[in-house]
Amino acid sequence: MNFRFMSMKIKTFKHGGIHPDDNKISAESAIETVTPEGIVQIFLSQHIGAPATSVVAKGDKVKTGQLIAKATGFVSANIHSSVSGTVRSIDLVADHLGIKKEAITINVENDEWQEDIDRSDDIVREIKLTAEEILKKVADSGLVGLGGAAFPSHVKLSVPPGKKAECLIINAAECEPYLTSDYRVMMEHTEELMIGVQILKKATGVPVAYIGVEVNKPEAIKKLNALTSEYKGITIVPLKKKYPQGGEKQLIKAVINREVSSGGLPVDVGAIVHNVGTAFSVYEAVQKNKPLIDNIVTVTGKNIPVQKNLLVRVGTPVSKLLDIVGGIPETTGKVIFGGPMMGKAASNPNAPTQKSTSAILLMPDEESHRGKPSSCIRCARCVAVCTMNLEPYLLKRLSERKMFEESEKNSAHDCIECGSCVYTCPANIPLLDYIRLSKVEVLKMKRNRK
Amino acid sequence: MDTIIFTVLVLSVLGVLLAVILYFVAQKFKVFEDPRIDEIVEILPGANCGGCGYAGCRAFAEALVKNDDISTLLCPVGGSNVMNKSAEHLGKTASVKDPLIAVVRCAGSCKVRPKTNEFEGAKSCAVMSTTYSGDTGCSFGCLGQGDCVVSCGFDAIRINPETLLPEVDEEKCTACSSCVKACPKFIIELRKKGPKNRRIYVSCVNKDKGGVAKKSCGAACIGCIKCQKVCTFDAITIANNLAYIDNAKCRLCRKCVAECPANAIWELNFPPRKQEIKTE
Repeated sequence: MNFRFMSMKIKTFKHGGIHPDDNKISAESAIETVTPEGIVQIFLSQHIGAPATSVVAKGDKVKTGQLIAKATGFVSANIHSSVSGTVRSIDLVADHLGIKKEAITINVENDEWQEDIDRSDDIVREIKLTAEEILKKVADSGLVGLGGAAFPSHVKLSVPPGKKAECLIINAAECEPYLTSDYRVMMEHTEELMIGVQILKKATGVPVAYIGVEVNKPEAIKKLNALTSEYKGITIVPLKKKYPQGGEKQLIKAVINREVSSGGLPVDVGAIVHNVGTAFSVYEAVQKNKPLIDNIVTVTGKNIPVQKNLLVRVGTPVSKLLDIVGGIPETTGKVIFGGPMMGKAASNPNAPTQKSTSAILLMPDEESHRGKPSSCIRCARCVAVCTMNLEPYLLKRLSERKMFEESEKNSAHDCIECGSCVYTCPANIPLLDYIRLSKVEVLKMKRNRK
Repeated sequence: MDTIIFTVLVLSVLGVLLAVILYFVAQKFKVFEDPRIDEIVEILPGANCGGCGYAGCRAFAEALVKNDDISTLLCPVGGSNVMNKSAEHLGKTASVKDPLIAVVRCAGSCKVRPKTNEFEGAKSCAVMSTTYSGDTGCSFGCLGQGDCVVSCGFDAIRINPETLLPEVDEEKCTACSSCVKACPKFIIELRKKGPKNRRIYVSCVNKDKGGVAKKSCGAACIGCIKCQKVCTFDAITIANNLAYIDNAKCRLCRKCVAECPANAIWELNFPPRKQEIKTE
């Protein structure tokens, strides 16, 4: 009886989804701060949109929190120095996928912060800024979505003319296995997070905010619920544990039961979605005047002795984080940037972290390899689990035959790359690899048409 | 008896009536097609490879018939032989073009370019290049998954199992450029086949700085400009740490081949040198 009552109350999205083991083995490790030393390499393009333009030159002295690259255009983000020191070079640096991108390399000297940044631990509760000022502050601070896609936050907060935002949804689902950085924010910075949500509410002018948390984080739900009486207009929504609940469209469906159409934006159904980590960095930017210069990175894996949640300055070499957990063990098969479902295996584990780096996952060798692909048996499991109502087997075949116009007709661009189809495929067919290719080609076609 | 006569009559009248209608309709909606198009299709190779830039041989034949000036059109498979024949048939003049061949500009075999990681994804260069920079230190070189092999309609390009690099069959290659389009790394280029199939080219597309390139691949062009200095015909240009030999200017003197410290310039089908025999 009790169980039935529970299952009626706990919400989730309707179509598709899978239930991988959540493996949140680093959940109980408190956040530790990593002191910067040596060098940091800060990419000029850490977000979706145009890369930022460098405003410093080789040999310049910079302070922690100083603007070093300016946003180019509206969909772009400012970049701030995460350390104090001297600019060593501005050149091409390979990221974790080996792709060379422009980056500013800074030699770390001491840790001298910009004077106007409030570094104390005191919680600032009163929101003094107006909505416009908040938006400007968010844009100036170079905030990007910390859920993974790194979409510039100020763009998401600016409601397009003719549309009306009705509610704010905070994404605390953290449905990706292994990842615990959002969970640690909820546990250790609960009040700051709530203030961050209030700031976001004020900036968008919406009366209500929902925080969607999966039920595998009961402690976090309890802590957040304790504060709802103090912070009015915020509702905690417990969600069933199901992947990919953290997808924007899935979360909207789960929390307010509305569906965003293909190619539509959340604001079309009156919702604005932000990640927990973003809400916390909004608090830091608006109340403490601290730009986005660090983020929490979960360093985890079944075969490493210690599990860590580290507060890392942007641009810190990952090799340094790996040293903290005792280096890469012999038994490691893959070093993954991000979680096991959506993260990408790194070909260059010495790459620096970026604003959106949420985790470094060391996968044991026996778990990290794909099975040998065989022929499709038309079981349609991929169709059943696809939460975007696509037909992955079909998209794969179209992509294989380079029929990208057909891919577009079959909404290949709607794919959120959650990897559920590959996870569930009994024939080990690399469906997502091909769908990603058609996404790239479809985007190219669309751009050429303009 | 009456019934039979009546039936035959009605049917005959109906048949004549419909025939007349059909005749007028056919006259009204007649589509004129130049009979020469069919004749040209007969002359063309019929490979439908699309190397001419048209959607198959028939479309190309139409273009040949319709355009007065056909000097810009070329059937790469048939070459000047087929082009002259068709031009003669149409009473037009075809321009003479040197035969071309696909050239793979990467020499990063397994020996000189060690693998730094293993790619487990779909066996396709296009997929691999959208995923990451590649399974070796060089982010410009051949990925070796064989998209060019799949694209070739003439079975003229194969992956060598020893070097894991594609190799072009000189006899079979028709320079239709489908492999050029299939390669996501833009390694394959159409170059002049050259007299007696002799040609020289820089077998590298790595734009990294010399040191970085050398570190990732033993056969990489390091952009040292030695070849440019030794070239007496101004055929070599260096851009982005990479040498390129201009097909039109190169006179196949082979000075640059001997000069290159990285063995990145390749010569094909030349007789052995007098003093020093160079082996590939």
